[in-house]
Amino acid sequence: MSYPARDPARSTGTQGKALSKPSEGREMSSLRRRTATRQAIRFAAAVAITLIFVFPIYWLFMISFKTPDEIYSFPPKWYPGQIHFENYAVLFKDGDAITVWNSLVVAGVSTFIAMFLGTICAYSLARFRTGGEYLANWIISQRMIPPIAVVFPIFLLFVWLHLVDTYIGVIILYTAFNLPYVIWMMRGYILDIPKALEESALVDGCSRWQVIWKVVFPMCRAGLFATAIFTFVFAWNDFLFALVLTRTEATTYTVQITHYFGGQSNFWAKISAMSVLGTLPIFIAVAFMQRYLVRGMSLGAVKG
Amino acid sequence: MERGSAGLGAPFLSVLSLRDISGATHLMQSRGAFAERNFKYLLVGPAIFVLLLIGIFPLVYLLMVSFQGITMTETSTDFVGARNYAQLFHDARMWEALLHTVIFTAIALPVELVLGLAMAQLFLERLPGRQIFVALLVLPVVVSPIVSGATWALLFDHRFGPINQIIGWFTGDTTAILWSINPKLVYPAIIAAEIWQWTPFMFLLLLAALANVDKSQLEAAAIDGAGWWRTFFRIVLPAIWPVMAIAILIRGLDLFRLFDIVWALTKGGPGTMTETISIFTYVKGFQQFETSYTAAVAFLVIILLSVVVMLALKRVELAR
Repeated sequence: MSYPARDPARSTGTQGKALSKPSEGREMSSLRRRTATRQAIRFAAAVAITLIFVFPIYWLFMISFKTPDEIYSFPPKWYPGQIHFENYAVLFKDGDAITVWNSLVVAGVSTFIAMFLGTICAYSLARFRTGGEYLANWIISQRMIPPIAVVFPIFLLFVWLHLVDTYIGVIILYTAFNLPYVIWMMRGYILDIPKALEESALVDGCSRWQVIWKVVFPMCRAGLFATAIFTFVFAWNDFLFALVLTRTEATTYTVQITHYFGGQSNFWAKISAMSVLGTLPIFIAVAFMQRYLVRGMSLGAVKG
Repeated sequence: MERGSAGLGAPFLSVLSLRDISGATHLMQSRGAFAERNFKYLLVGPAIFVLLLIGIFPLVYLLMVSFQGITMTETSTDFVGARNYAQLFHDARMWEALLHTVIFTAIALPVELVLGLAMAQLFLERLPGRQIFVALLVLPVVVSPIVSGATWALLFDHRFGPINQIIGWFTGDTTAILWSINPKLVYPAIIAAEIWQWTPFMFLLLLAALANVDKSQLEAAAIDGAGWWRTFFRIVLPAIWPVMAIAILIRGLDLFRLFDIVWALTKGGPGTMTETISIFTYVKGFQQFETSYTAAVAFLVIILLSVVVMLALKRVELAR
């Protein structure tokens, strides 16, 4: 646990050559041995920490493959006897799995709308400085308002508009909630790309919209992709908004999980199977964007 | 925030030239001169409209409702003055919920920060399989908080959960600790779940920050014979502070609206012992239907948070 600069093997390397005293060789090998021991300890610590952090996920996934007898066995079984898909089959047979589809629809559509509205807004903020810092700061501060305070008046409004428990209602709220994030992130990505290309496209007779569509979007493809994944995950993982705004028709998978709490005998199997259905797609999506994780999570503050 | 690396003059000039060029082409085409001039507002318009819908509308509407007397049984929209706000200041349960929120934040945030920093330090240097470790450690962050709450409810189960089993190995006895019911253990249980989920967030950000620390300064410190702690406090900490401040801000605000994990583990119980301000608001508004009173609570929360956010944004350099 030290900084690279203090790595003894490296900092003494050049001195060793210059001095080349007879005792130097022995000293070097003892140093190397110490470094090796240290590396081994670090590796062991890394394995231990990773195991601790991965274990809850392992436990969740594993329960979903157990039979009811294995789930409710004492002492607990650390792995299922055989992989058993019955818990998932039940979700599909009872129609509970439709809630995963609901999540996909509302998260997918709201991500698409937020990405489009957010990116063109971000382009204006980045290239024309529309509204200056003031507008940009106001937008990001919208992100930080607690959801419970926002959702309460929105709920009252939606009751009046008959939007409670509809896809449209949830999509509107997710779009609005994710817009500040998209605008803020895409503003950063657009500022990263050079203006020269856009200027020459204008000279070549492209319209403003064509510039955005044919130059800006392709240039910040990676940023668009990463931001869209994050936006999708935020909507997909949301619980509070869905809890307030859905009843039976538009229930998302997160709300469905809580319906099992304190339920009948087999509720653990359902909780875990539904959780895995909701978690696995995210793990896969995130695996493809490791490089952009830090930038996405730090609101663009760390370029990673 | 616009203190960019390119200097002040350059971007401004190129925006001007962009405008001039487009002006010229459109003089020739002579169509939609108005739309052209307002292009930048056209782009911003739809997004701002949606944001105002959820940004300003709720605020105005909340303020109005909070001065009325609507409850489940009372539907009259007559204004009752500041009655709800007076009630707010005498509501012990509300203040307790606020206190619980502060307790969760005050414990979980420093632990996540220190643990995340230590882990970042551990993974900073070369290590076999480093990328695989980091990829695995990221997983808790992207799990839905309600799922992680449910997962920890399974882990903490007094009879079939593995945690009591592991404790049993050490005590040599069958343990049946009631994690989510015992008043003494319910806080540690929730905080453990919270720390599990969000320490990797701190870890990832701080790992990136540590990797960007200027190596030459560290080497200079090593040559001058500065010890590990001295190097850390004098060089490393100031260098990673901007990122650390943002991480603290993001997590602090998240913790202030803590809802999902607590809901999954205890629903605010036993009694109202672990009720956070978000859970309190939810219960008042959507289970007890005290509409106007809830509006007053929500308005107070927004005002409180807005002040914090504005102060924080002034101090923290959020990108560019």
